[in-house]
Amino acid sequence: MPETSSATSGLLSVRNLKIEATSYPPGEPPKTVTLVEDVSFDVEKGKVLGLIGESGAGKSTIGLSALAYGRGGASITGGQVLLNGKDILALDRNGIRGIRGCKVCYVAQSAAAAFNPAHKLGEQVIEASLRHRIMSRAEAEKRALYLFQVLGLPNPESFGDRYPHQVSGGQLQRAMTAMALCPNPELIVFDEPTTALDVTTQIDVLAAIKHAIEETHTAALYITHDLAVVAQISDDIMVLRHGKTVEYGTTSQIIEAPREDYTRALVSVRQTKRKEAGDQSDRLLDIEHVSAGYSNGFKVLHDVSMHLPKGQTLAIVGESGSGKSTLARVITGLLPPSEGRVTFDGKELPKALSARTKEELRRVQMIYQMADTAMNPRQTVRDIIGRPISFYYGLHGAKKTERVRQLLDQIEMGDGFLDRYPAELSGGQKQRVAIARALAAKPELILCDEPTSALDPLVAEGILNLLLKLQEETAVSYVFITHDIAIVRAIADSVAVMHRGKLVRFGPKSKVLSPPFDDYTDLLLKSVPEMELGWLEKVLASRRMESAGN
Amino acid sequence: MNLRSIPLSAWIGMIGIALALICALFAPFIAPFGEREVVGDIWLPMGGDFLLGTDNLGRDLFSRLVYGARTTIFVALAATVISFSLGMLLSFTAAVTGGLVDQLFSRFNDLMMAIPTLIFALVVLAVLPQQLWILILVMAVLDSTRVFRIGRAVALDVAVMEFVEAARLRGEGTGWIIFREILPNTLSPLLAEFGLRFAFSILFLSTLSFLGLGIQPPAADWGGMVKDNKDGIIFGISAALVPGAAIAGLAICVNLVVDWLMKRTSSLKGGRGDA
Amino acid sequence: MAALGPDTGPALTIPKDAGGESLPPSGAATATTGSAATGDVTGSFWHRFTLGRPLAALIIQRLGLSVGLLFAVSLMIFGGVEALPGDFATTYLGQSATPQAVENIRKDLGLDRPLTERYLSWLGGAVQGDFGTSWASRNSVSEQIGNRLGNSLFLAFFAAIVSVPLAVALGMLAVQFRNRLPDRIINVVSLAAISLPEFFVGYLLILFFAVQMGVATFPATVYDGMGFTDRLSAIALPVATLVLVVLAHMMRMTRAAILNVMSSAYVETAELKGLGAFRIIARHAAPNAVAPVINVIALNLAYLVVGVVVVEVVFVYPGMGQYMVDAVTVRDMPVVQACGLIFAAFYIFLNMAADILAILANPRLRHPR
Repeated sequence: MPETSSATSGLLSVRNLKIEATSYPPGEPPKTVTLVEDVSFDVEKGKVLGLIGESGAGKSTIGLSALAYGRGGASITGGQVLLNGKDILALDRNGIRGIRGCKVCYVAQSAAAAFNPAHKLGEQVIEASLRHRIMSRAEAEKRALYLFQVLGLPNPESFGDRYPHQVSGGQLQRAMTAMALCPNPELIVFDEPTTALDVTTQIDVLAAIKHAIEETHTAALYITHDLAVVAQISDDIMVLRHGKTVEYGTTSQIIEAPREDYTRALVSVRQTKRKEAGDQSDRLLDIEHVSAGYSNGFKVLHDVSMHLPKGQTLAIVGESGSGKSTLARVITGLLPPSEGRVTFDGKELPKALSARTKEELRRVQMIYQMADTAMNPRQTVRDIIGRPISFYYGLHGAKKTERVRQLLDQIEMGDGFLDRYPAELSGGQKQRVAIARALAAKPELILCDEPTSALDPLVAEGILNLLLKLQEETAVSYVFITHDIAIVRAIADSVAVMHRGKLVRFGPKSKVLSPPFDDYTDLLLKSVPEMELGWLEKVLASRRMESAGN
Repeated sequence: MNLRSIPLSAWIGMIGIALALICALFAPFIAPFGEREVVGDIWLPMGGDFLLGTDNLGRDLFSRLVYGARTTIFVALAATVISFSLGMLLSFTAAVTGGLVDQLFSRFNDLMMAIPTLIFALVVLAVLPQQLWILILVMAVLDSTRVFRIGRAVALDVAVMEFVEAARLRGEGTGWIIFREILPNTLSPLLAEFGLRFAFSILFLSTLSFLGLGIQPPAADWGGMVKDNKDGIIFGISAALVPGAAIAGLAICVNLVVDWLMKRTSSLKGGRGDA
Repeated sequence: MAALGPDTGPALTIPKDAGGESLPPSGAATATTGSAATGDVTGSFWHRFTLGRPLAALIIQRLGLSVGLLFAVSLMIFGGVEALPGDFATTYLGQSATPQAVENIRKDLGLDRPLTERYLSWLGGAVQGDFGTSWASRNSVSEQIGNRLGNSLFLAFFAAIVSVPLAVALGMLAVQFRNRLPDRIINVVSLAAISLPEFFVGYLLILFFAVQMGVATFPATVYDGMGFTDRLSAIALPVATLVLVVLAHMMRMTRAAILNVMSSAYVETAELKGLGAFRIIARHAAPNAVAPVINVIALNLAYLVVGVVVVEVVFVYPGMGQYMVDAVTVRDMPVVQACGLIFAAFYIFLNMAADILAILANPRLRHPR
């Protein structure tokens, strides 16, 4: 339990862990960076500890230390990792091998990469059990079958005969969990096992994992950046930031009574920031019966129609493969639609990018998900923001610089950033510069393609606030593409739900997000984890009721 | 980047290249005798009046080596520059334009590459008159197929990045996209590739000259000097090995620098620089 | 030649995710592009075939591509060469020839017939193994080539037998000691080795082993009826030269291929299962490394076939390469074209073999969904 810091009878006790990595930057002497410092925690038999934090918080590194493993150049330089009271860091190679895949198992974020493409899934699942002589082949196969059943995999009898590329991502992730559970380990390290999955898949995998660890009484370290996810599965939670412990407590304490500001910020549910505007103003963008596909005949969009009034925000929601990003490509002209048309401010936009005038291009700007790749790494902030100014408005020299300063001011960054390169900016700063570049054209519409999904929650919050502030100042309209319902609730006026290239639902936010729902929207809304204890059980229970009702 | 971070091997390479360049540029001041001047008996041993001895006609081997540096480096460099410009221009155009142009260029390039370079050169040089500019052009065109392939791959890598898409959406022209957006981001790998092509050109030119199809006598060039003196080998006379060693030395130096450049590129990308 | 080494030859690089986790839209795009090009002609049958048996479809495509390439190459070697400036008859007789003599020789060599007709009859003959008569010696080209091709292949075969296992072993050694002293030494030595011209290596070996130590023979003459062991000792030095030249390339590429596999996530998984080092390499790394390594070998063999040209000239070895170089110097076009086509054919064939082996070794294609 979090309160005990002396040696306990727990399964895993980590004491004052310190992990450092040596990097070899070109042109400089090797550097040693501290990834994790002074982290201590305990996991008891059959309990789950959630490790949560932003990217770079050191949570995966800590998780791997339970297997005495350092990824890349990382090595454990201080502290103890006690498994059943014995320090595994003091073991020799053979001793460590006896721990890995036997007492402690690992589930990676990307099961698709972690499975060997050359062997059948079943062979890989039972391999550790056989090599560590934990069970006979017949026993291991029996256990694998049992686990496939527990994890809800289709055709469990023949599932093991398939190759990794023959099954879906969600199934692979479950197979990886089966692989970890097979040798009957005392502890499993789950390293963001559902992050790469869609929400509707995530909930199934999450439920399967939870069911499986309860069934087998295995303890677990569950690593994730999503507090709502970890709240459903863990008994205790440790919040990490920059390799240090921020807060450590029981799940109910962390969720219901966080002590630290940082934790509080993570827990706080997004407020509705924007009151829904009515549909009375003129239409800026009108998408009518648009279908689009790739040159080989693969159709991605089927007869999609929606519209957006001036000065408002249209959120397009969907999972990967829903066609939401393709729709953005159609609007920009990168992918000419095969049918239908896009009208902008009363005039039909030419289908292809090359046919559009400079003025038409100026009025629609775009912000990308990955600010890193959206900006030329060889240009300074001054050049990046300045180019649209000189390109569209012909301003140069001092006038241009003046305008760049103005824009930097608008995005709440100072003059000091003028001559920095993107590599010298943080993730949030990069996205702000990208916003400034879009604003520099003085557009009427900005397409935002998941601009916050690659950012840590607090930084994302800042970007959303900035976008709302800019909308008030400049009356710009947004098409906001996202998979995150919470963001939709916070900023949208109207909402379009897309699924497999079709429009499922469209209308004002208040209507789209309230019942009666169609099946898909219902599933989507119910799958989004909520920061509430017992949410997962509730959803599963309601599902069981529905299927019983049917 | 500071000077101290450059590894020893790269220093050796750069010094070697500099030496060869100095020989090439100041040949008349460095060489004690003329390029075609017969100064003594044939195949005199090293040392004595002649630093490296004399060749099959009694010319000073060291002087010819110095003048040979001039011819070899000039021809190889000219061929590399032309092949590089040609390959880059075509590959970047193909990558940025895409569609039919890309298909056409790429398929033709595949066809050119289906014939091994040396064999291709032999066939073509069997027909064409033996002139220096023709030799340079043939080397350049054959080599540009390799530049095209790498250039297209590198440009496509960058061209799919979102900042290029952003420039396209802004309405920028092809020229801006190639020179301002793509080129600055491909300089490092391309510089390494240039070095590689140069090393290859030196060896290729020497091979052609050695086979009697490259630079024609009496002009001195390293590959031709090996051919001139190869008959001495049976008598234990190592005159043919001296220009051979010069070719190898220069190629090694260039490769050492390239190796360093490549490692630098890959570590800039965040890779571990293996492979 | 050495700096370039083998490259991937005529293209058709297999998309990494061919038939793999193909999520729309981009995945589906790559999975079907192969058929999109040819699908129009053969219709839905080919399309269904591609989906049902991607492996067979890809191999058939690759075979077809090679045949097409070979045909195009023949066009280039014949037609392209004819289109270049310079008249053979004038070259053949020298600048001082009278117009009448030029006219006669043109008729003699058949140069007065139209280009297409000459090409078709040349190609028709080539397919049946008849490459016409040499201008210089007035002998049948095919007869000459028949003897010499065997000699060249004999040389290349032994060079391959020695260099392949050696290169793979050294590559594995370099991986095992990655970034430690043996790896660094192998790296520097091989870097130097790829910079050495073949003729330099050849003469160095001759001077040392044949002239100074007298343990090897030079020139490397072989003739009909020569005993097998005599032949072997005659080609010892040329083989050694070829091995040295090709070894460094093959080893560096092998090292890169194995390293790529060793740094993959599934090898980490194997390590985190607590498996032994041998088990990880044999069971998890090797099956995935075989394909790239075989690919490396095939590419280097293609390179070897070309490498024999210079080595044969150095060692005065009666093979195809020397025959071709001699023909080029006297501008004996039928011989040059025949040799060029045969060399190109070997090159294309080995590159194709490399690609097909890579396709065969890809589990995603072997076990379609």
